[in-house]
Formats: sequence, C-alpha cells, structure tokens
Amino acid sequence: MQANRIETDCLIIGAGPVGLFSVFELGLLDIKCDIIDILDKPGGQCAELYPDKPIYDIPGVPEITGEGLVSSLIKQIEPFNPVFHLSRIVTELKKVDDRWEVKTDFGDTFSTKVIVIAAGGGSFQPKKPPIKDIEDYEDFSVFYSIRDKDKFKDKDIVIAGGGDSALDWVLDLHTSAKSLTLVHRRKEFRAVPDTVNKVQELIESGTINFELGQINQLSGENNKLECVSIKNGDQIKDINCQILLPFFGLTMKLGPVADWGLNLNENLIEVDTEKFETNQNAIFAIGDINTYPGKLKLILCGFHEAALMAQQAHSYIYPDKKITFQYTTSSSSLKKKLGVKS
Amino acid sequence: MVKVTFIEFDKTEHSIDAEKDTSLMEVAIQNGVPGIDADCGGACACATCHVYVDQNWVDKTGKAEQMEQDMLDFAFDVTDQSRLSCQIKITDDLDGLIVNLPEKQF
Repeated sequence: MQANRIETDCLIIGAGPVGLFSVFELGLLDIKCDIIDILDKPGGQCAELYPDKPIYDIPGVPEITGEGLVSSLIKQIEPFNPVFHLSRIVTELKKVDDRWEVKTDFGDTFSTKVIVIAAGGGSFQPKKPPIKDIEDYEDFSVFYSIRDKDKFKDKDIVIAGGGDSALDWVLDLHTSAKSLTLVHRRKEFRAVPDTVNKVQELIESGTINFELGQINQLSGENNKLECVSIKNGDQIKDINCQILLPFFGLTMKLGPVADWGLNLNENLIEVDTEKFETNQNAIFAIGDINTYPGKLKLILCGFHEAALMAQQAHSYIYPDKKITFQYTTSSSSLKKKLGVKS
Repeated sequence: MVKVTFIEFDKTEHSIDAEKDTSLMEVAIQNGVPGIDADCGGACACATCHVYVDQNWVDKTGKAEQMEQDMLDFAFDVTDQSRLSCQIKITDDLDGLIVNLPEKQF
C-alpha cells in the first residue's frame, strides 16, 4: 500500500476507448488528466474481452480489432501525457471545498476539480463461484485476488480454475505452500503454453495434486475453511485445506460508484444530453455506463459524449476562460498542442 | 421461424419464435429472457450466456469447439450439456430446441 496524494484537474475513471478518447478532447482544452482503471492495462472491454475481435462501426475505420483501436487511441492521446493509475478501483468520494476527493483501494487519494466516469459495463471484478456459504469464508480463507501472498505460507491451498491466473498462482505458490491442489473441470488448461507445461510437470512429478471436477461444497467453522468437496460426475472427494483461491475470470460490476449518490437507472448513471453531467456538479458519466433518452451503447456515441463533456469540464477548471471553438485541421494552437507542424 | 424454449432455473418457460441465423444468445436477449447476461455481446469472451442443452438436443446442437470449451472454464457447474448460447446458431434443425438456464451466470 502506498499513501499517495495526487492533485489533478480531471480524474477519469475507466481506461476503455471512451475514457482514453476523453483525454484527447480534454487535452485540446488544456485539461490535464489522470486516469484510473481496475485492469492492469488500458483498453477496458476492448483489451479484456475482445482484443482480437474486429469492430466494424468506428467512423472512417471499416475494420479494426479491439486491441488495434486501443493502441491507436493511446497513440492519439500521447501528446497530452495522461497519467495512468492501473490495477486499482475507486472506493470513496468526498466533496472538499470546491474539489472532489477520490480514494482508491491502492491507498492513493486524488484531489480533482472534475471527475469523468467512463467505466463502461462497470469495473472488472473476479467472478465469485455460486457455492453455498462461500461469502462466510471470503477474505479469511477464500480469496479471488492476491495482494499479500505471505499469508498462504505453509497452508494447504486449493486453487480452482484452468486459465492463466489459476496456473500462474500454482507456479508462484507451490513452493511456499504446505500442499497445493489444483481443481479443474477438465484435463486441458488454457494458458500460456510454457506455463501449462510447467504445471503439467508439477502434476506429473507429484509436487502438486490435481483433481478433476468442480467444487460444490465448503465446510469449516468461524470463517475458517477446513475442507472443500469436489464433485466429478457422481463422485465426491473431500480435500482438507485452509485456503481456497477460485479463478474463474472477470465479470463487470458497477462497484463502489453505485454508492456515490449519483442518480441511477437500472445500474446506469443518469446524465443530461448537453453536458453528460450527473446530478452532482463536475461529475460526468460518458460511454456505456450512462443513460439518457435514446442512449445507444456504441463506442462512437461515447466519443461524441466525451467531446461535449469536455466543454463543460472546461468551465469548471477555467471558470474565467472562454472557449473559442476550433478545428484540429486549421487551428495553429491546437496543432501545437498535438505536436504537429502547421 | 424456429421454435426454441428456454427454461429458467425456477422452471419458468419462455417459448420463442426465433429467427434463423441468429444466435441463441441473441434470441434470449432480444426477447428479454432473464438469466442470460451476455456481458461481451456475443464474442465468446465472457461465459455469461451459459445454458444446458436438453439431453434430447445435444446431438443436434453439436459440441462446443475449442475456443468455447476454453471459455466454459469460466462458467460454473459445467456439464456435458453445457454450451455458450452465443455459439449456437439457429437453424431449421433446431426447431423445438429446449435449453435450461443455470441458477445464475456468475
């Protein structure tokens, strides 16, 4: 944990395509941005869900992959030097004088004039398997992500899943664990081939245990896990353990933003269609996370919203300055900001 | 039109006339069938449109391909009847198809 205090003009929550493009629109208006994302990379859904899938409805771009769009956007916003703060989620929001103060689970505090929520479908959070009473053990014996692996030392660990996260943690934790059992529904794993090979070797040498099946019951007392039951067809096998680490990928949840006093409509944030501002002054919501009459969840709509939002954001950050509308094609001052020769 | 029936975990049935060449996931979403989240919009990238194909229809819908099998690792309580509905294309052969929905797409 780092105790970091950061002063900024504009804090963007969500580094998906719309969050990234808003850096451009805000940058043209001399607004400096810090951008937060829960993932460890920019790109949001484009990077996490469909990096290789083509998108066909970006104006002027007949076909581009999710990854391609993200890397183009990152290039486009380079002149504005946005500061990325990745792998963290916003938690608290507080009004302090005429600024907003936002805390993250990483321990940092942002003091900002303007907040732009561009969080898409919400924050990507680990999927929690619907096993009975699993919540009783969460944060004591069951962990969906790992910040401090020391607490697993000399414990009997069960890791469930067959993807990159599950296998990476098998490789990382097996040397310090008392015992490690990997549970997966099939013999095939989907991860980087080198990782898969290493895990297969650990299984074959008996260094770790592998159980085919799916976890269907937990037992223990006082939040302390003692045993997981693994079901494979009609057979049930019990494994004694103190720690369970399920890795079943990510799902999107609105998260703590839901408690920020913003008007919500079916888990989407209500905004006006002139400024895309929420019911709180200087807090905007753009892209898939917002709702208004006629809303379409398209990346191109998010881009439009970013452009209009930036105009109003400017009035909060530079209350005494008037905006002269300019085109990037012809304005020498905009070209200068973009670092192109006029 | 091809008739397909979704049966929710609580046994509520939704019988729908599905358009050919759409995906079973799209049929569910367009007709407001609860229990299909389809976070990723049909890119076979999220495993939140998990269904259990009725035993009598397993042969007709076919088996999950490699990518779908990989994705099913992120679903819960996966069985031999598990499929991701975004990967099932509606054809005439599926007229009468029945699928069961899991308790939740987690």
